[in-house]
Amino acid sequence: MLGYLVRRILAAVPVMGVVALFVFLLLRLTPGDPAAILAGDNATPERLERIRASLGLNEPLIVQFITWINKLLHGDLGTSLISNLPVLKMIGQRVEPSISIALSTIILAVVVAVPLGVIAAWKHGTWIDRFVMGLSVLGFSVPVFVVGYVLIEIFAIDLRWVPVQGFKSITAGFGPFFERIILPTCALSFIYIALIARMTRAAMLDVLGEDYVRTARAKGIGEVAVMMRHALRNAAVPVITVIGTGFALLISGVVVTESVFNIPGIGRLTVDAVLARDYPVIQAMILLTSLIYVVVNLLIDLAYTLLDPRIRY
Amino acid sequence: MTNNVLDINNLTVSIGKTPNGPKIIDGISIQVRERETLCLVGESGSGKSVTSLTVMGLLQKGSLRPTGGSVKLVGEELLTATDRRLRQLRATQMAMIFQEPMTALNPVVPVGRQIDEVLRAHTDLDAKARRKRILEMMEQVRLPQVERIFASYPHRLSGGQRQRIMIAMALVLEPKLLIADEPTTALDVTTQKQILTLIRDLQRDHGTAVLFITHDMGVVAEIADRVAVMRQGRLVETGTLDNVLRNPTMEYTRNLLSSVPSLVPRPARPETKEPIVLEANDLGKVYRERTFFGQGREVVAADKVTLTLRKGRTLGIVGESGSGKSTVARCIVRLIDPTSGGVRLAGREISDLSRRLLQPHRQKIQIVFQDPYRSLNPRVSVGESIAEGPINYGVSRADALKRARELLELVGLPADAVSRYPHQFSGGQRQRIAIARALALDPDVLVADEAVSALDVSVQAQVLELLDEIQKRLGIAILFITHDLRVAAQICDEVVVMQHGRVVEQGPAAEVLTHPKEAYTKSLLDAAPGRGWDFANFRPVESAAATA
Repeated sequence: MLGYLVRRILAAVPVMGVVALFVFLLLRLTPGDPAAILAGDNATPERLERIRASLGLNEPLIVQFITWINKLLHGDLGTSLISNLPVLKMIGQRVEPSISIALSTIILAVVVAVPLGVIAAWKHGTWIDRFVMGLSVLGFSVPVFVVGYVLIEIFAIDLRWVPVQGFKSITAGFGPFFERIILPTCALSFIYIALIARMTRAAMLDVLGEDYVRTARAKGIGEVAVMMRHALRNAAVPVITVIGTGFALLISGVVVTESVFNIPGIGRLTVDAVLARDYPVIQAMILLTSLIYVVVNLLIDLAYTLLDPRIRY
Repeated sequence: MTNNVLDINNLTVSIGKTPNGPKIIDGISIQVRERETLCLVGESGSGKSVTSLTVMGLLQKGSLRPTGGSVKLVGEELLTATDRRLRQLRATQMAMIFQEPMTALNPVVPVGRQIDEVLRAHTDLDAKARRKRILEMMEQVRLPQVERIFASYPHRLSGGQRQRIMIAMALVLEPKLLIADEPTTALDVTTQKQILTLIRDLQRDHGTAVLFITHDMGVVAEIADRVAVMRQGRLVETGTLDNVLRNPTMEYTRNLLSSVPSLVPRPARPETKEPIVLEANDLGKVYRERTFFGQGREVVAADKVTLTLRKGRTLGIVGESGSGKSTVARCIVRLIDPTSGGVRLAGREISDLSRRLLQPHRQKIQIVFQDPYRSLNPRVSVGESIAEGPINYGVSRADALKRARELLELVGLPADAVSRYPHQFSGGQRQRIAIARALALDPDVLVADEAVSALDVSVQAQVLELLDEIQKRLGIAILFITHDLRVAAQICDEVVVMQHGRVVEQGPAAEVLTHPKEAYTKSLLDAAPGRGWDFANFRPVESAAATA
């Protein structure tokens, strides 16, 4: 197991290397002068020359790459062209809101969706099943900003239970943190509940047709034990996959929710950077997102081995 | 009868929720007494499994339900029992073991805990007492190293070991009734023999009543006290083993018994001087498991296999699962690439040809697979499936479809079946289609990989007859892979016996299957169920030998 972990982490190095190369070439191989791209439209010749020198653009490509990687490994991701702040620092400020919301959303979604899926599969074909599936279709079809605004209208404006928007770090106390994170979490989890419930139901239905479920029933144990001990664990692998990839998507891809609730997260940072052509930030975001996917995939694979003894690496 | 453990009386089971749905079980009555084994025999779809699931109360909810009659377990009515009561009775009064030991155990729970679950659900024993009881039971079913197996996951155990675990789980609380639903069908003959003996011995020690479901007359002859024959949801005939095997009164039972292929090889055909169409020389296949670091494991699936096949002859490769017989077949057809040795097809070496150069030779050797339910593409019409091969070799579409119609008639199906789809045919018909598909390319060699193993005996007999007839008509050579010595005895001219990837013995079928030289071949023959009976002639083999 430990050996596998080490091997997987080692295997991630070339993956990240390829991503880094891509990110590096992104700027160098786009038509035109990278310095001009970085400097923006209204740059003075002096500024262009300064950027050229700082990037080492007069050196051969391979030397540039090594210098760039070296900086990267020392945590120097460059400086934002817009705010002139170090990129690492900018991302650092945005990571907490994004991770907090992703985690709370996934937790809420799993806690609600897995039991729903299990019950739907257990009561397959009955009104309960149809009701859960109906909810799931609703969850898929209603856009997240609609859910968000409706929740704000009800709970923040009418009932005044929670603030309308914003984000407070957990260091400022759990209360303020929680009351600001609860609405975006609910809004976001809608679609994930739909997705995970559907996946759980489908996987459970497959497993419930298996011989060992019949064996379990033939032993005379109760239905709850049949469902939880025999069916759910065998159905878990596809569900875990969805949860994992869902989590990775959540960290970087929740721009709309972040906008609706005015949360300073990674999603908005990325979109702002793209719109402003803030290349250093874009590069850093690509690297970060890839890293998240690599880590999440590793965690998913590890979860497989815990769930299914037949899977050994 | 007061000592009836199971008393099924006029039971009907219907499809759907209304009482007027089609009847799957139509008024059957069966009794099983203490210490008795009743074999419920029938072909697929006869309703034997539905009967057993009805007793256990495990019918699929909403699709099948009992609509009449009664099922009594030691006098207690089961059809009207509550779910709760049925749960209490399961494992304590009635227990069941299933056909597929590979899938009947939960793959993610250690087997010891799976047995433990039975004790936790039905007894108040503490953990230590339960463990002791389980280990005892595991020893009773003759498992080795019980402590290690207790903590093992199912995939670490062999098929026979898993079935022993299932039996231990079923009998740990000493139920009055054991239902065994084809418990040995998925096992090799030698393992099957051990499991049958085990069930017998445990039954004797515990006085259990056994309802044993099987389609295999050989197994019936080994284990039954009494036999009940089922067909299409009705009971055809019941009687003692001897009565049913010697004097079957019903036409259906007679036909069923007559279809059982005899272990005595058919009369040998004269040797021929026809040309050799297929040769394998020192054929070997090694599977290498590549790992990230280090060496990796090697599995030798076939080792130095040499065989020759002449035009118009049938060569059988027999062996248990894992003996490498299918690997050899696949190497010969080049579905997989052999790692050593050679294959000559009509005098041309094909084992080292590239995929592209192999293409013109592919049509000379065609294969029919075991499972007719999965070997035909369900979305492609039968005619298209048959015509696809010839079209690939440049035959015009119209000609290929015309030929498909002829071939369907050759294999005994109506020509207009071309436009239909596989799901509209039964298993036997599908296997005929698969044979027609293989013949479409006019091959010199037809490889049949367990081609009749998934079929009922009566259908099996028809397909074997068809193969024989096609061989006579077209002079095709057949390489017949099977685990079933009875089938091999009836169709093969020569047989090759394989074990652990090697050829153990080879020679004329009549010779190898009646006077085996090697211990392994002897043990295989010895383990063949029902070897003491000459089913087709309704008498034991000894008397057959005496009259001959």
